[in-house]
Amino acid sequence: MPRKLPLITAENAAFWQGGQSGRLMIQHCSACARWFQPPAPVCPRCNSLDVAPKAVSGRGRVATFTVNHQAWTPELTAPYVVAIVELDDQPGLRLLSNITVVPPDQVRIAQPVQVHFEQHEDVWLPLFKPLAEVGA
Amino acid sequence: MSFDRLYEKDVAISGIGQSEVGRPSHKSAMRLTVDACLEAIADAGLKRDDIDGVSCWPGDNNNGNSFSPVGPNALIGTLGLRVNWYGGGYEGPGPLAGVINGAMAIAAGLCRHVLVFRTITEASARRVDKTANALSNKTAGRDSSFFWQWYTPYHVHSAINLMAMYAQRHFHEYGTTAEQLAQIALTCRANAALNPKAVYRQPMTMADYLASRFISTPLRMFDCDVHCDAGTAIVLSRIDAARAGPNPPIRLEAIGSALHQPWSWDQISLTEGASFDAGRMMWQRTDIKPHEVGQAQLYDGFSILTMIWLEGLGLVPRGESGRFVEGGQRIARDGELPINTNGGQLSGGRTHGLGYVHEACTQLWGRAGARQIPPHQVAVAASGGGPLAGSLLLVRE
Repeated sequence: MPRKLPLITAENAAFWQGGQSGRLMIQHCSACARWFQPPAPVCPRCNSLDVAPKAVSGRGRVATFTVNHQAWTPELTAPYVVAIVELDDQPGLRLLSNITVVPPDQVRIAQPVQVHFEQHEDVWLPLFKPLAEVGA
Repeated sequence: MSFDRLYEKDVAISGIGQSEVGRPSHKSAMRLTVDACLEAIADAGLKRDDIDGVSCWPGDNNNGNSFSPVGPNALIGTLGLRVNWYGGGYEGPGPLAGVINGAMAIAAGLCRHVLVFRTITEASARRVDKTANALSNKTAGRDSSFFWQWYTPYHVHSAINLMAMYAQRHFHEYGTTAEQLAQIALTCRANAALNPKAVYRQPMTMADYLASRFISTPLRMFDCDVHCDAGTAIVLSRIDAARAGPNPPIRLEAIGSALHQPWSWDQISLTEGASFDAGRMMWQRTDIKPHEVGQAQLYDGFSILTMIWLEGLGLVPRGESGRFVEGGQRIARDGELPINTNGGQLSGGRTHGLGYVHEACTQLWGRAGARQIPPHQVAVAASGGGPLAGSLLLVRE
């Protein structure tokens, strides 16, 4: 199904295009050694300006999810899974994404997941699949 | 932080008004607004020229969106108002931000009588475009906006996907069940049956609820509020002026408007949102205790948000809302904590925020007719979900 794409800017480019080199890039603060999302020019924790995108492991767990059954536009095919994934790299560091590859009824809270990327034009969308499916 | 004086206590609600609640209404958005505002001004025992402030959330966003088709700019000239202060805008602590801003204008001495209003015409919009919703203008074209760019690429086209994930987490952490969540919808429907203006008044059973289709698990169609066309208004007055009016003043005993987390739908606490922040702030500003609340009008844009507000406002312990509402008796009109006594937004109609204040006052003033609950002095109204949260503790003098 076609996706509504983000418009690439200087601040979001590393996140949306990191997948070109297979990396999930999250903004990181050198001063307090913590990641934060969404990317911004200052650390929300310590207000240091010494921040830059840095690759994370790409692994996490499903913090919560929903199986969407409503086709909101004529192009959408339901059901699909929207999830909030908490990354293994730091407690509370979360991304909203889709859980793919497995059928919706096989998604669970706390399930280990791994990032993969789907290219649309100049965007490499980070998506997640259950860790057991990596390499499948 | 502590303060030597809490200035919202100098502000009271002196009058209320509401247009017809249509699905759809054949009146224009401005006419619905005018109907509500003129009724509120008259109810407060005031004349048009007494109004010296206008406040609204979210204001007119100038794109024809039915989510908020009328803002203060248009209303001022339309009604011929002469104001000392006016304001409207989306960024604030939820749908009650218009009330909170208006109260601040009075507390700061800018105004004596502030007209607060909220108009919505989503029922009419859906006659033209079935997919129209509050996010319609966020789902066209490529987007680098502050937050929707992080969600819409993943086919999040409605707020329900976000609220559904909060519900799923609530079910997971606390063992909340579909049958418990259903009580919010069933209670609202039972109350709506006694409200002549409510959109959905026919009885609903647990079986009806469980048979309704999933929109976004675990939320079903009956967990979603019902679009309508309506205008709602209240008059806020300085307390001395309110005491000179025809109605017993309903004081703003305490405001809750805190956000102590990121303004985000995914980095914020998934089970608390900002409701707990607002609730803690509100209770810090009063000597009244949660058990003294006689009625709670709690946001039910989606049923799960009512559950989160029950907990966030300390009306039930954290994680206990499911067990509290089970069976529905405690939250019924004759229960220990009546909620959403006009049918809420789930069955009464999505008047969106100000409708809760209107109903709280209707009950406090004993005007609720067939749905009137026993006499009481204290009510709470709360609105919002996720990072949006505002609450009002209301006391009838």
